[in-house]
Amino acid sequence: MIHSLFLVSHSGDIFLEKHWKSVISRSVCDYFLEAKEKAGDPENVSPVLRTPHHYIISIYRDKLFFVSVTLTEVPPLFVIEFLHRVADTFQDYFGECSESVIKDNTVTVYELLEEMLDNGFPLATESNVLKEMIRPPNILRSVVNTLTGGSNVGGTLPTGQLSNVPWRRAGVKYTNNEAYFDVIEEIDAILDKSGTTVFAEIQGVIEACVKLTGMPDLTLSFMNPRLLDDVSFHPCVRFKRWESERVLSFIPPDGNFRLMSYHVSSQNLVAIPVYVKQNISFLETGSCGRLDITIGPKQTMGKMVESLMVTIPMPKSVLSVNLTATQGTYTFDVTTKVLLWDIGKLNPQKLPNLKGSLSTQTGAPKPEENPSLNIDLKIQQLAISGLKVSRLDMYGEKYKPFKGVKYVTKAGKFQVRT
Amino acid sequence: MTDSKYFTTTKKGEIFELKAELNSDKKEKKKEAVKKVIASMTVGKDVSALFPDVVNCMQTDNLELKKLVYLYLMNYAKSQPDMAIMAVNTFVKDCEDPNPLIRALAVRTMGCIRVDKITEYLCEPLRKCLKDEDPYVRKTAAVCVAKLHDINAQLVEDQGFLDTLKDLISDSNPMVVANAVAALSEIAESHPNSNLLDLNPQTINKLLTALNECTEWGQIFILDCLANYTPRDDRESQSICERVTPRLSHANSAVVLSAVKVLMKFMEMLPKDLDYYGTLLKKLAPPLVTLLSAEPELQYVALRNINLIVQRRPEILKHEMKVFFVKYNDPIYVKLEKLDIMIRLASQANIAQVLAELKEYATEVDVDFVRKAVRAIGRCAIKVEQSAERCVSTLLDLIQTKVNYVVQEAIVVIKDIFRKYPNKYESVIATLCENLDSLDEPEARAAMIWIVGEYAERIDNADELLESFLEGFHDESTQVQLQLLTAIVKLFLKKPTETQELVQQVLSLATQDSDNPDLRDRGYIYWRLLSTDPVAAKEVVLAEKPLISEETDLIEPTLLEELICHIGTLASVYHKPPSAFVEGSRGVQHKRLPGSAGSGESVESPDTGSAAGVPDAPPAVIPSQGDLLGDLLNLDLTPPATSGPPPPATSGLQLGAMDLLGGGLDSLMGAGFGAPPAATAAPFSAPVSGGLDDLFDLGGGVGMPMGAYSPPKTVWLPAMKGKGLEISGTFARRGGVIQMEMTLTNKAMSVMTDFAIQFNRNSFGLAPAGPLQVLTPLSPNQSIEVSLPLSTVGPVMKMDPLNNLQVKPTL
Repeated sequence: MIHSLFLVSHSGDIFLEKHWKSVISRSVCDYFLEAKEKAGDPENVSPVLRTPHHYIISIYRDKLFFVSVTLTEVPPLFVIEFLHRVADTFQDYFGECSESVIKDNTVTVYELLEEMLDNGFPLATESNVLKEMIRPPNILRSVVNTLTGGSNVGGTLPTGQLSNVPWRRAGVKYTNNEAYFDVIEEIDAILDKSGTTVFAEIQGVIEACVKLTGMPDLTLSFMNPRLLDDVSFHPCVRFKRWESERVLSFIPPDGNFRLMSYHVSSQNLVAIPVYVKQNISFLETGSCGRLDITIGPKQTMGKMVESLMVTIPMPKSVLSVNLTATQGTYTFDVTTKVLLWDIGKLNPQKLPNLKGSLSTQTGAPKPEENPSLNIDLKIQQLAISGLKVSRLDMYGEKYKPFKGVKYVTKAGKFQVRT
Repeated sequence: MTDSKYFTTTKKGEIFELKAELNSDKKEKKKEAVKKVIASMTVGKDVSALFPDVVNCMQTDNLELKKLVYLYLMNYAKSQPDMAIMAVNTFVKDCEDPNPLIRALAVRTMGCIRVDKITEYLCEPLRKCLKDEDPYVRKTAAVCVAKLHDINAQLVEDQGFLDTLKDLISDSNPMVVANAVAALSEIAESHPNSNLLDLNPQTINKLLTALNECTEWGQIFILDCLANYTPRDDRESQSICERVTPRLSHANSAVVLSAVKVLMKFMEMLPKDLDYYGTLLKKLAPPLVTLLSAEPELQYVALRNINLIVQRRPEILKHEMKVFFVKYNDPIYVKLEKLDIMIRLASQANIAQVLAELKEYATEVDVDFVRKAVRAIGRCAIKVEQSAERCVSTLLDLIQTKVNYVVQEAIVVIKDIFRKYPNKYESVIATLCENLDSLDEPEARAAMIWIVGEYAERIDNADELLESFLEGFHDESTQVQLQLLTAIVKLFLKKPTETQELVQQVLSLATQDSDNPDLRDRGYIYWRLLSTDPVAAKEVVLAEKPLISEETDLIEPTLLEELICHIGTLASVYHKPPSAFVEGSRGVQHKRLPGSAGSGESVESPDTGSAAGVPDAPPAVIPSQGDLLGDLLNLDLTPPATSGPPPPATSGLQLGAMDLLGGGLDSLMGAGFGAPPAATAAPFSAPVSGGLDDLFDLGGGVGMPMGAYSPPKTVWLPAMKGKGLEISGTFARRGGVIQMEMTLTNKAMSVMTDFAIQFNRNSFGLAPAGPLQVLTPLSPNQSIEVSLPLSTVGPVMKMDPLNNLQVKPTL
C-alpha cells in the first residue's frame, strides 16, 4: 500500500513529506530527481519508477510532482488515482493547488492527508465527508473560531460514512432547491495535411451541481441514450437501472460532482466543427519560410464557434515571425518557440487568416519536422455528439426543485498535421 | 488566515519559545503552539525535543488539538519510546469513549506508533474494537491488525487476531468487509503459503455482495482478492463474471482494470462457443479505450496492460487501432507504448493506415520516438507480408531524407526484412551502400556489414567495402568485430580467389590481436574449419538460415499467462513476474490461468508440471533482433535442423535453453578437427547437458514446498572425458536452500586430491554458497557423496543459458 508521499516542486525541491507507516528517508527521492533530470521536460517523467528497495509512483499536476513511495506490490492505478484525488482535494479546499498555497496551509494539508489514508488504505476521499471532518479554511470562520474557541475539526462522526450512500451527508437543507447539469463534450481529433480526419472521438462528461434538501432520488433520462455505449458513472448511479432502462437513477452527493463521463468512439461519425487550410513551408536555402493559415466553419449545427485559438510549436531554428492576422492577435514566444493566434469568434462571412514569413537561423539546415497545429474552440449550447437530456424527475421529496441543463462543446486534443 | 505564520519564528530560541507556549494555560495558545510544532515537523525540522510538552497537551476534549498531538506522536514515538509510554493511558481511555470517532481515532493512532512496548498495551483495546458495535470502529480496527502485524507478526498470530479478521469477511457492513480483505491481503503478502484468504464459494458470494456496496477503493481490494480464486466450473466462472462486469463502468480506472483482470482470468474457463463468451469479449473493449482518455499517468499504466491483453486476446481491440494513434503532445512514455501496441494490432486490414501514421511519426522531433517509429515500419513488413513492399519503399524514402539516425535505424530493420524475405528486395542494396560512410552506431554498422557479407556475390566491390571497415578493427565494438569476421569469411567462401589476403588479415586480427574470448573463439573455429575442410566450412557458414519469426518481441507464453493474472499490478507495468523484483518474496506463488473446461485441456500447475516433461504446445524460441546479430552459434553455425529441442515450459523463468556448446558445437569440433582445443589445457570443461534439464526443475520448484521432488542423479561427466573422474549429480532443494548433490567416483589409477569447483556465469545467478567440501584424497575406485549449497546471488549473465560446470581436481 502507499507508504509515503513527497511533494516536489517543479524545480526539484521536496517541500512536504508524509509517512503513513515507518518513515522513509527523503533520499529515496534522489532516484526520482535523477529520472526528472534525465527526462528534461517534467511531463516526460515516467510515472512508475523502480529503485533497489522501493517503487516510486508519481503524477505531475499544476507544476507539482506528487511522488508516492511504496514497498510492496500495489496496483499502480490505485496509487495514481489516489494521488489525483489528493490534488483534487487541495484544489477544492484552497482554490488552487500550488506550492505556496500548500505551504500556507500545511497543517490543514497534513490533517487532510491523515484523514485520507490510514496505513496506506484510503479512508475518506469523498469531498463531502472530508469537509465535515476538516473544515476548509475561511477567513470568517477563523475570526469566529478565535472568538468562540471553536475548531476547524468536526467533533462527530461524518454521517455519510456508514450509510448506504456514503457520498451524501444527512440533514442537508436549502431554501432554494436547485439542480444544474452541464453536458460538456470535448473533441479529440487528428486531421492530416489535406484536412481528412485521421482519428476523431468525443469525450463527454456530465458535471452536476445539486443543492437539494433532504434525500432526493433523481432520475435523468436522455432523448437518445443509444449514443452512449461506453460510460463510467459516479458511484451513486444505479447500474442496474441503466442496463435495463437506459436512465440515470441516483441519490446525488451534495454540491458539485461529476455524474458520468462517456466516450463516443471513432466508430461513430464525429462532426468536425471547423476546417483549416494551411501551408507552412521552409526554403531549402535563404533561412526563411512562409506561413498561411485560414480557418472556416464546417459542421457547427448552426451555432457560433467562439474562443477560437491556434497554437503552433515552431521548429527550434525559427528565430522570428512577421505575420499579419485579418482577425485577432498573434504572439510568438521566442524562448519556447510557440506561436499563438487568438482569434475569438469565427465569422463565417469573413474567414480569419494569418499570413506572412518566418525567419530561421542563418546556416541552420531546413527543419526536419513539420509543426502541428493545435486548435482550441468552444461552442455554446451544443453537444456535438447530439446527446440531449429529455427530463429530470425527483422522487422522495415533496418540494419542487429548479432544474437546468447546459450544453457546451470544446476542442480537446484537436490537432492538424502539416 | 494562513499557516505560513507558523514558519516565521526562526530565531535562536524557537524551541524554547514553543515550550513556553505549549505549557500555557490558555487553550487557544496551546493549540497554536502545537500547530507550529506540526508545521516545523512537516518540513523536516527536528522538534523531537518538545516531546513531553506536546504529550502533555493530549488530555483534552478538543478534538482538533487531540488529532494534532496524535500526528506528532506518530512521527516521534519511535525516537522517544519511553516518553511514548506516557501516552498509553490516554489511548486506552479514548478507546472506551462514547464517541465512535474518538474510539476509532485512538485505535488507529495506537497502531501507527511503532514502539514494541506500546503494542503490548494495544492488544486489549484492539480486541474490543474489532467487535465494536459501530462499523466505523470495526473497519478502522481491521486495518489496525495489518499495522500491528507489520510491527510484530508473532503477536498478531498469538493473540488470534487473524481469525477475528477472517470473521470480519462475513461482516454485515460492506466497508468492514473491504477493509478486512485489504488487511488480510497485505498480511498474506508476507506469508505466501499461509492460506489466509481461504476462498470458497460462500466467501466469494459475500465478497460479491459487498462489492456492489462498498467504496471505490474497497472495490479494488475485493476485485484483486477475487482474482486469486479459482472457480470450480465454468458455470461458477460465468456467474462471477456476470456480477463483476458492471464494475467496468466505474469512474475509477483502478476499479476498471482490476475488473478486467478478474474477467480476463475467469474467461479462460468459459467454453469459446458460449454466447456469453462473445458478449464478454465485446464488453471488454470500451472500458479499455476509455482508460486512454484519462490523465497521461493513467494512460501509461493502461497501455502497459493493454500490451499484455492484446497479446493474449488480440480480438478484443482489433477494431480500435485509431485510439492508439499518437498525438504530438503526448508524453514520450505514452508515445512509445502506443507505438508498440499499434504494431501488435497491425494486420492486413489496417496496414495502410498504420504505415501512413508511422511515416508521419518518422518526421517528428523526438529522436527516441522517431527511431522507434522507423523500427516499427520494419516490424510491420515482417509481420504483414502483403505490406512488405510498401514498407521497404517507405524505408527507402526515409533513407533519402539523409537524417542520420533515421538512416541508421532504417538499415537495421532492412537487414531483418532481408532475413524474412530472402531474394526479394536485394535491389535496394545499392542505395544502402551509398550511406555506408554516415553510419556511426554499432548496430547499424553491424547490420550493414551483415548485408554486405550475406550478398557479397552481388556487390562488386564487397571486398573494398569490408576492407575499409577493417582499418579501424580494434576500435569497433564487439558486435561489429564479430560481424565483420563472419562477413569476410562469407566473402572468402564466395569469392576465394581475390580475398585470400583479406581473410588472413581478419583471422589474425581476431585470434592474435584481440583480448575478447568470443571473438578469438569464433576466429579459431573459422580458421580451423577453413584449413581442415573448406567444403564443410561452406556448408556451415553459408548454410541456409532459418527465417526469423513474425512477431519479434512477444512475451514468452508462460510468462504472459502469469502476467495476465497480475493485470493492474506493478508486475504488469514492468512486464516481469513479481518473483523477479518483489523483495524477500522467494516464495511468491506463480499464478496461472485456469484451464478451459470446455476444451478439456488441462493446464498443469508449474510446481508439478515441469517434472512431467514436454507441454502440449512447446513455446517457439523467438530470439530478439539484437541477439540474432550477435549470436554466432545460433545464426551462423547451427544448421536449422538441430536448433535444439523445444524447452519445457517452466514457470516464470524464461529458459529458452539449448545447450549449444554441449550439443552442436562439441560434436562439430570433434568431427572437424580431432581433439577439442580445450583438451590441451589443464582444466577440462564438462558440458552439463543432462544437468540443464534438471535445472528446469529447480526453476519450477521455486514455489515448491520443502522436501519435494528432486530428480535422480545423472552422469554429468563420464570418466572417459574426465580423465578418470566420473561425476554424477542432481539439483535439489533442502530446507529452502538449493543444493547441488554430486557423486564423485575415481575411476583412474591414481589418487585424486584438492577438489575445487567453479561456476561459470549463468543466467540463474547460481553460485556456490560455500566451499566444496571433499574429504580428500579420493583413492582409486572410491566414491564419495558431496553436497554443495548454492545461492542465486552470483553474477547473472543474461544470455541463452549455457551452464558449463568446471570441476578441477589435481591429479
